[in-house]
Amino acid sequence: MATLLQQLINGLVLGGLIALIALGYTMVYGIIQLINFAHGEVFMVGGFASLATYRYFLPPSWRSDWWLALPLMAIGGAVVAVVLAVVMERFAYRPLRNAPRLAPLITALGVSVILKEVVRLGYPGATAPVPFPRAFVDQQYRFEFFDGTVSIGSTAILMIVVSIIGAIVLQTYISRSRMGRAMRATAQDPDTARLMGVNPNRTIVLTFTIGGALAGLAGVLYGIHITNVDTEVGFLYGIFAFTAAVLGGVGSIKGAVIGGFAIGLIKTLSGQYFPGGTQYDLVWIFVLLIVVLVFRPQGLFGEPERVRA
Amino acid sequence: MTASRPPVLAANSVSMVFGGLTALSNVSLRLQEGQILGLIGPNGAGKTTFFNCLTGLYSPTTGNVELRGRVLPKDPAAVTVAGVARTFQNIRLFPSMTSLENVLVGRHSRMKQGPIASLFHGPAYRKGEQDARDRSLELLEFVGLASVHDELARNLPYGDQRRLEIARALATDPSVLLLDEPTAGMNPQETEATRQLIFAIRETGVAVVVIEHDTKFIFSLCDHVSVLVQGQLLVEGTPEVVRGDPRVIEAYLGKPPDEVQAEVRGYAEEVGHGGPDATQVMEPVRDVDGGSEGGNR
Repeated sequence: MATLLQQLINGLVLGGLIALIALGYTMVYGIIQLINFAHGEVFMVGGFASLATYRYFLPPSWRSDWWLALPLMAIGGAVVAVVLAVVMERFAYRPLRNAPRLAPLITALGVSVILKEVVRLGYPGATAPVPFPRAFVDQQYRFEFFDGTVSIGSTAILMIVVSIIGAIVLQTYISRSRMGRAMRATAQDPDTARLMGVNPNRTIVLTFTIGGALAGLAGVLYGIHITNVDTEVGFLYGIFAFTAAVLGGVGSIKGAVIGGFAIGLIKTLSGQYFPGGTQYDLVWIFVLLIVVLVFRPQGLFGEPERVRA
Repeated sequence: MTASRPPVLAANSVSMVFGGLTALSNVSLRLQEGQILGLIGPNGAGKTTFFNCLTGLYSPTTGNVELRGRVLPKDPAAVTVAGVARTFQNIRLFPSMTSLENVLVGRHSRMKQGPIASLFHGPAYRKGEQDARDRSLELLEFVGLASVHDELARNLPYGDQRRLEIARALATDPSVLLLDEPTAGMNPQETEATRQLIFAIRETGVAVVVIEHDTKFIFSLCDHVSVLVQGQLLVEGTPEVVRGDPRVIEAYLGKPPDEVQAEVRGYAEEVGHGGPDATQVMEPVRDVDGGSEGGNR
């Protein structure tokens, strides 16, 4: 029982991380129908940027106070991730806005490779995983549960809380605010939105900004939780997040979050209980994806694609 | 109409050429304050293309469009901000948004809240949002849709969707409203209601341009009618003048036989006994403007 609870907690932590990244995939797809394969790299860069903030910009005396260091690292990571996402949109995707869909998709793959290599070669020591300060993971809460001990770290709690709050704030923003309405209108019919006075570029930049900020935050949380960051994680978690977005229905906020948690839970639970263990956990994720797509090709919460009249 | 008054909207020798095809050649048009102007013409005459030039969706090959003496910007969003709003021949609402939200999108450019303010719901933000809601509900009331403000646009009946488009366009606070076939597919009662609605819109100080196939509707609605044939302005003037002009009759007769029948029936009725009591409407003509001109893509 303790093992089950422990794996559920681990699943939620992983799920929260995936959900934060998946939100960026789903929003960008919703508004310009682009699978932004470079989005995982934005997450990775966010992690490196927060580490750089800690190493190079924080006065040593501040580093031991987590309540001082952590918010500054989060800001550093998120700001760099946002700038990266916006620059990417401006110079890689905007010129291809009216090109066939395949062109921006291939561009996204190219951007992904470039970013990974730039960080690998440019960041000191990034050819191997770079360690994060351990200051934030020392706090572990342990408690007895039936037949064993369950532990949950403060970073794990933070991951779950931030992802859930982030998703709720985002959902409210999209459904209630003026800019949220503009984003939905542009997603549904960009030309008509333009004719109603909505500036499409501003709306699209805002979408990339929000996606970038969430991915940057995910990068910081990943770093302090796993205690290292590696140039490979962008691709790996990018694939998880992309799968989560497709599972939940690309374009749907709720879908991305639920898809993220579903994948996190399946990965940890199947690794524990299914034959083959962690060697086969990825298999079960994609089995789930295939089963869902067979019955609901638009994903759990997606809207069936309409051909525009 | 006194010619001395400056027009609200002026199209000056607008020409539009697509590759080798001249869709519009030298079309000029003056819309006065408080006027309802009808734009009629056979299928493919360039009416929708002309609307697209007026809203910045196309920029004219030559000529320009002025709103209150200022040349309109090239960007459709900026044209809307300047004060030209439109509806569409084939309805283009945001299907997965409610009626109210559709109108609120129209309100977008008249609201101030930026992306950051929308995140922290301060008092100024809330007031702005509330004002926009009030105004939008008022507009829904105005077009008679207040009771369905929470309904998704795609679930509304056809006639309501057309009226919702009008409310959404009015939400942009336009000086000029362009209606592209506002009664297409409507029954006689709905058509009459739309006619009254357009009169009411004029009362609020908005000048209106209407594209319609239903000549009876146009002649009973408009102060001024322009006839567009093969991309050129053939005749313009009061409904009485246009109705009697032999060139207009000829233009309508010079069409392929299947389309002519319906048009002629409507027109002949109109010429024969065009009294205001005749509310009977000709069958809606299948319009191919949008398709053949790539108008609404």
